[in-house]
Amino acid sequence: MSILLEMFTYPFIVRAFVVGILVSLCASLLGVPLVLKRYSMIGDGLSHVSFGALAIAMACGWAPLPVSIPVVMLAALLLLRMTERKSMGADAAIAVTSASALAIGVIVTSLTTGMTTDVDSYMFGSILALDRSDVVLSVGLSAAVLVLFVLFYHRLFAITFDESFSRATGVKVGLYNTLLSVLTALTIVLGMRLMGAMLISSLVIFPALSAMRILKSFRGVVLCAGVLSVVCFCVGLTASYLLSTPVGATVVIANLMVFLACCLIAGIRRRA
Amino acid sequence: MDKKVLIDCRDVSLGYEGQALWEHLSFQVKSGDYLCIVGENGSGKSTLLRSLLGLMRPMAGTIEMDRRLRAGAIGYLPQQTRAQRDFPATVTEVVLSGFLSSKGLKFFYTPAEKSQALMHMGKMGILELKDRCYRELSGGQQQRVLLSRALCAAGELLILDEPVTGLDPAAAQDLYRTLHYLNSKEGLAIVMVTHDMQNALRYGTSILHAGHRQWFFGTAEEYLLSPYGKRFGGDRS
Repeated sequence: MSILLEMFTYPFIVRAFVVGILVSLCASLLGVPLVLKRYSMIGDGLSHVSFGALAIAMACGWAPLPVSIPVVMLAALLLLRMTERKSMGADAAIAVTSASALAIGVIVTSLTTGMTTDVDSYMFGSILALDRSDVVLSVGLSAAVLVLFVLFYHRLFAITFDESFSRATGVKVGLYNTLLSVLTALTIVLGMRLMGAMLISSLVIFPALSAMRILKSFRGVVLCAGVLSVVCFCVGLTASYLLSTPVGATVVIANLMVFLACCLIAGIRRRA
Repeated sequence: MDKKVLIDCRDVSLGYEGQALWEHLSFQVKSGDYLCIVGENGSGKSTLLRSLLGLMRPMAGTIEMDRRLRAGAIGYLPQQTRAQRDFPATVTEVVLSGFLSSKGLKFFYTPAEKSQALMHMGKMGILELKDRCYRELSGGQQQRVLLSRALCAAGELLILDEPVTGLDPAAAQDLYRTLHYLNSKEGLAIVMVTHDMQNALRYGTSILHAGHRQWFFGTAEEYLLSPYGKRFGGDRS
């Protein structure tokens, strides 16, 4: 017990808790419509683009977040357009974009600083990466994501469930799709420092998948995904402190365990 | 009594990238009408539907809608998509989403809307399913849920895109009876794209046949006497 209390005496761990809880909450909420709309790959693509942007910013000595936020937002809009135009193989287009962004990032870093621990922390996340300004930014942006999500909850449900019906009844589907991908972009940039570019998309996808296994209503799935995500993050971060494992990977494993447990529950229920 | 004209299509050409699927199309839908749009695949039925819903501009001519319809108050029953079949949502959540069109900048459903949704579910005979999960329902039940949602959106006009596709014969007959009830008892105008010629002729008051660049519009009786009707509806006479 004392070791847990001792954990909170480190300011960097407190920062990680604050940012992580907010980011995992936002990611899981946005994840439900994204997974249901078959947009899961967008999150993955965005995190790779975000890595490329960070690598370039670092090479040029710019502040990472102000550079990567607009770049990733732009990429989000682009990927959304690709996904909407279903004819040209959207999944392939996203895969190509994300691999290219990753390649650019790797080349830029190897030409300038080389593969340092900094780069490693962008790839797989680091608990030490966050400073005070990150915390302030995270709190502000997460609040914006949460408020927009709650206000537009019913519209997001409608466009997720049935785009053509929503379009026909005059809901501005394009606008809300854009909103969804911009919010996702913000969440991914924020979470990337802590979770790492390779692992952040699991924060979007896992909680939604787990919640969908065991619940039947959209509202239930959204709430459950939020709770599961925050719990998994806290458990993962604590475990990573106790076991001295990387925080991003540990959180992903916590999410995986919950997902498997949910599958088990669903399986048992079907038998009964 | 003069019936109100809900849709007035005048000399309309429709198509993609200069290729017209419909030319000089003119027809009207009045309140209480039951119009069935029939024709082969690829003849432009869905294109016409898209322009009636305001999702596509005609290449020439005008489609005039009644003022209340233009505000988005059309009940639309789209073809089901595969994504919906494993969607976690309760019946009530789906039905309520029909009200979004009329919400403007309001963000949440009012108690009046909630009770109206219950009423529509009752009318469709799915009230006892209201807390069930949409993906666990049968195809016929799902269609009733979507129909209730369409009723929440619309007071006067329902537009349906191949509603019986994928339903077993009993469920399809059920759906036709429900539509007939809505049309004759509640005075709802119905526009339906369908391949089911027999039921189109049985229930429809007018028929719009899509051929390639040609079309026929008239009552079901007129249709049977026309060259199109003789080919497609011949088994009835």
